[in-house]
Amino acid sequence: MAGEKKGLQLLDFWVSPFGQRCRIALDEKALPYEYLEQDLGNKSELLLRSNPVHKKIPVLLHDGRPVCESLIIVQYIDEAFSSSSGKPPLLPSDPYARAQARFWADYVDKKVYDCGTRLWKTKGEPQQQARKEMVEILKTLEGALGDKPYFGGDEFGFVDVAFVPFTAWFLTYERYGEISVDKECPRLAAWAKRCGERESVNKNLSPPEKVYEFIGTLKKKFGIE
Amino acid sequence: MGETVKVIGAFDSPFSHRAEVALRLKGVPYELLLEDLGNKSDLLLKHNPIHKKVPVLLHGDRTIPESLVIVEYVDEAFQGPPLLPADPFDRATARFWARFLDDKCSTPFWLSLWTEGEVQQGFMKEIKGNLKLLEGQLKGKRFFGGDTIGLVDIAASGFAHWLPLFEEVAGVTLATPEEFPDLCRWGKDYTSHDTVKQCLPDRATLLARFTAKKDMFVSTVKSMAPKS
Repeated sequence: MAGEKKGLQLLDFWVSPFGQRCRIALDEKALPYEYLEQDLGNKSELLLRSNPVHKKIPVLLHDGRPVCESLIIVQYIDEAFSSSSGKPPLLPSDPYARAQARFWADYVDKKVYDCGTRLWKTKGEPQQQARKEMVEILKTLEGALGDKPYFGGDEFGFVDVAFVPFTAWFLTYERYGEISVDKECPRLAAWAKRCGERESVNKNLSPPEKVYEFIGTLKKKFGIE
Repeated sequence: MGETVKVIGAFDSPFSHRAEVALRLKGVPYELLLEDLGNKSDLLLKHNPIHKKVPVLLHGDRTIPESLVIVEYVDEAFQGPPLLPADPFDRATARFWARFLDDKCSTPFWLSLWTEGEVQQGFMKEIKGNLKLLEGQLKGKRFFGGDTIGLVDIAASGFAHWLPLFEEVAGVTLATPEEFPDLCRWGKDYTSHDTVKQCLPDRATLLARFTAKKDMFVSTVKSMAPKS
């Protein structure tokens, strides 16, 4: 057993969009949990014991047993607490709808963070390339959203949870990438605003200016101009 | 279920095999449509416009790309022996190791085959370390899934059938029975399983194809690997 404590604990880092996915899912299910902020420059024994393979946050501890990888954690929360929470499921019940949700959550994982990182880490030609790619990624996601209020349809669901933390990064992408999400993807921007009205999202997303500030600090730390 | 099931796949792809083996384990008949990945068909591009990759599962009018998404879909859409455990924690564990295989094993495996010198040593160390972690999950079980084949076995199938072949083509040894006794034993059990055998591409044909492509693999990897 990684830890002995009963109940739910989340090992996390304040600005992490991956951690925020878990916080949002826990709040959507009204599940009480203990939030444990991690120092990623000096990883705790608990973190290293709980996620020996990747040594990364987020990690959910449930009665001491660790679950790692944010989308796996969100599915675990959905499955382990489906009857007890009395809240709607994050993943739909139809197998095809579930497959589509998993596909788009996987798409967000494969594309958004990486491209976003290149936007603020690089300059010149690589940055131009990242800018073009980010617009394409956002337009693709907007296409998947369509005319629906949420990616999940009428209900806030798995893909919404997977992608919404990155909306706090739009400001950073806009400033470094000179992209306007409002202009390029108005429906996506509207979706971001709609999600932001939910308590679970509002409470757990970092303020966009704080994200921008954080990236500025990282750049100085890595000596990136 | 009366709807037609088709798999858009490729002969040498371990990812394509994942889709096929999942269907066969569930006893679902399907039609296999083989792609020439050097000349992708309109059908593939239409059904997987985002990634343009195999496999893609076509079930009636439904399209499902991404091999691990396909395996979970097959598990949920069709009757038959479960491919994932019932307990949520065990499911999370299975999903974790399936993702580990794709995120942490594919690239260093590929790069360890076709690079040289210190760069190769680095990748070999990485892939061996990861294979050791994976082997630890077998813990005396016949399959990762226990007595029956499950998601992690399917995800790891590339290391059962394709790994020894690539080792032969590249002249590289990554997993000896001495170093990886459980993994090698598992590989034999997996590839000799009655249902699995039906959708594993013929060894001799694969060997010939990969040998013919060796120079291309080496030159593609040269452009990917960091300079030593």
